[in-house]
Amino acid sequence: MNIKILNTDSLPFCKGCGHNLISKNTAKALERMELSPLDVIMVTDIGCHGIIDKTLNTHTIHGLHGRSVALGAGIVFGLKEPGKKIIVFIGDGGATIGLQHIMEAARLNLNMSVVVHNNMLYGMTGGQSSGLTPEGFRTTTSADGSPFSGYDICALAHTAGAAYVTRVPGIGDISEKLVKTFSTEGFSLMEVVEICPSYGIKFNPGMKLNEIIETSGRKPGEWFNNRPVFTHHKGKKSENLLSKTPIIEPLFYSSLDKPVSLILSGSAGEGVQLTATIIAKAAMRSGLHVTQKGSYPVTVGVGFSTAEINISKEDIHFHGINIPDLVVITSKEGLNHSKRRIGLMKKGALFIDQTLDVPDTGAEIITEDYRGIGARTASLFAAIKCVTKTKILTYEAIFYTIEAEGLDKKLPVEKIKTALGL
Amino acid sequence: MKREESKGMALIEGSRLIMEALARAGADSYIGYPITPANLLYQYGGQRLDIMLAAPDEISTLQWMSGLSSTGRIPVTATSFPGFALMIESINMAYMMELPMIIILVQRLGPSTGTATNGAQGDLLLLKGMISGGHPIPVLCTSSFEDSWSLAAETVKMAVEMRTPVVLLTSKEEVMTHKSFDISKLDEIEKVDHKFYDNAEQYKSYLPKDMVPEFLPLTQNRHQVRINASTHDQMGILQHSTDEALANTRRLEEKIYHRMKCHLKFDYDQHENAEKIVLSYGITASAAREAVAQMRAEGEKVSLLIAKTLLPVPPVYLEILKKYKRVVIAEENMNNQFGSLLFGINKPEGLRVAGALGKMITPQQIIEEVKA
Ligand SMILES: Cc1ncc(C[n+]2csc(CCOP(=O)(O)OP(=O)(O)O)c2C)c(N)n1
Ligand code: SF4
Ligand SMILES: [Mg+2]
Repeated sequence: MNIKILNTDSLPFCKGCGHNLISKNTAKALERMELSPLDVIMVTDIGCHGIIDKTLNTHTIHGLHGRSVALGAGIVFGLKEPGKKIIVFIGDGGATIGLQHIMEAARLNLNMSVVVHNNMLYGMTGGQSSGLTPEGFRTTTSADGSPFSGYDICALAHTAGAAYVTRVPGIGDISEKLVKTFSTEGFSLMEVVEICPSYGIKFNPGMKLNEIIETSGRKPGEWFNNRPVFTHHKGKKSENLLSKTPIIEPLFYSSLDKPVSLILSGSAGEGVQLTATIIAKAAMRSGLHVTQKGSYPVTVGVGFSTAEINISKEDIHFHGINIPDLVVITSKEGLNHSKRRIGLMKKGALFIDQTLDVPDTGAEIITEDYRGIGARTASLFAAIKCVTKTKILTYEAIFYTIEAEGLDKKLPVEKIKTALGL
Repeated sequence: MKREESKGMALIEGSRLIMEALARAGADSYIGYPITPANLLYQYGGQRLDIMLAAPDEISTLQWMSGLSSTGRIPVTATSFPGFALMIESINMAYMMELPMIIILVQRLGPSTGTATNGAQGDLLLLKGMISGGHPIPVLCTSSFEDSWSLAAETVKMAVEMRTPVVLLTSKEEVMTHKSFDISKLDEIEKVDHKFYDNAEQYKSYLPKDMVPEFLPLTQNRHQVRINASTHDQMGILQHSTDEALANTRRLEEKIYHRMKCHLKFDYDQHENAEKIVLSYGITASAAREAVAQMRAEGEKVSLLIAKTLLPVPPVYLEILKKYKRVVIAEENMNNQFGSLLFGINKPEGLRVAGALGKMITPQQIIEEVKA
């Protein structure tokens, strides 16, 4: 078996670049692990380190700047075949812009390895400071030395839950540590602190790698977490989403002769949306077509709650309601929300609780005590009054629906019937 | 259709139809990040597809999808403008890598966060220009519950056949509104065959075959696979601007134009001797259908064109519109986005626009423009 990982000895980096060392040692480590190149998926980021692809005999996938850890995560999620090794090459720049992806992969403890090529600057774009640039390190964008300390990427990954994290200086043979990193079950990250001769040495002449590591406090080391490795959550799946929406047979009769639009408007907690579902399904049980939609603030537990229903003997194309035919108002918030449209009504009817001020409208006004039955039932009670008085639906269709939907235990059906005089 | 004639009436939303159709067509993974009005799709995607993952943001969403796609899965997500904006660089990546996936864009009122619970049709021009270089990304747009079913399935076919991300465009009012709908009349959906390269010869990730390279997952070990989002040659190796690499980039555009001919979707309801036509798409199509039905009932001669394949814009739309003296385009935005895609700044004389901001266009509004 050809187990050579690299297809050439001449790598595409500047002379003396730390990336050379990492690539050669990665190949050495994988060969020592006797991994077939086609069992290795190399995910490379954008940056100098990322141009390694063409020299590799492994599978390669070369994506965006900073996103390679998330891209690799996607491969881990999709993988069905055992024995595959997913390795991400990323720079300190990529680790800065894509920090979230490293945290997430560590948190989930995905079975993959990340090698951070930390040359303490953005090499490919001309040597600017990154989030991992140590204090005092001079770059194109910090001629006097970076005023801030860099992220401790190892501490972050460890805290987020990585199974194995290690930091090494990019000097000598680092293949053994790479073997350890690649052999980890779960998320492993190896930070290699290294030098970019073209910018790092240019701006910090004479500075030694070990000195930088010493003064920045980023000591080599190893950190472990013993946590379960990610597996897909095997939740219960639906085999057919349509089977969860039961077929509704027409069992009742409606004398509705032309399309009608109805707005129910009240407050959160008054059962407005549930009422709308009951009315819509009762209408379907009466052989009618319906549309139903809700409108409420994003904070669903407070404020107005409005439902719009269209009912028709014919198929309904357009479900918007500009000027409603019928409006049912059970609270002040509901009234405020629907006031504009009530004002536009020139006919139809407004069913409004007796405690509320009646707004200007051309609709017939019916004021009754809807809230007396209890605020939680007010909307249903008022809606039943509305759709039966206007002969859209029968009591039978509504109460049959309440029972068929299993709501007779939750709703005070007897109380409602008594209040309706049934 | 009279209600009595329908046998399988259920109270259902577009979201449920979309997700069931995607699943039947072969989509197998849902990656989600919550955003109104796409949350129902997230919920149903999680219930129905084999894999469901909660991403920590929408950039991760698209990256995870790309990873999944490179292993041979067919991933889906749904979002709205704020999330979509974050995805754009990664959609460009998947486009360049030629990875099949489906992105459902549920439009809501913008700009920015706008109003999460208000519908809109404001994102078409964003889709038009979202791939750097102006290359087309295929976009289908639902105009009915039937479309939520059949077009969703079609997107899976397109994504796999063309090896590309595909956008299914919809909007708040379409995916969140419940409607009585006869589910017994839905067409059968055939599972899409996601074929992989099966040949002894060396595999080239980007060697075109009828414009589209054959697919091979990164996870097999018969052939080396190279996937690349930077300018690359047929092997998938990064190149600055060699002829081969630029030809590959050019092919990305050409393959869409070439293959989209098989995915041309629209409804043309031609009325004999009509000199007027209403053109609409998406949520406003329902108002357009109603408007045209009302006008015809009153004896008005008017045709109706509902566009479903929105991008790349099929030339047939202009050919149809050319035949009419009065063209009314109805879409829920302020700036007639589809009109500017069709005509640029050369708007024809007989063109009238029914637009709206923050509310649905009514049939009445369309009728007024037709009669004006
Ligand atoms: C979203 C985005 N922003 C900016 C860039 C430009 N860019 C290309 S490489 C790079 C820096 C790479 O630095 P690093 O990751 O440290 O790798 P190095 O070149 O040092 O090996 C940047 C910022 C980009 N490609 N994409
Ligand atoms: S510019 Fe720096 S990081 Fe990039 S290859 Fe050269 S030495 Fe390495
Ligand atoms: Mg760097």
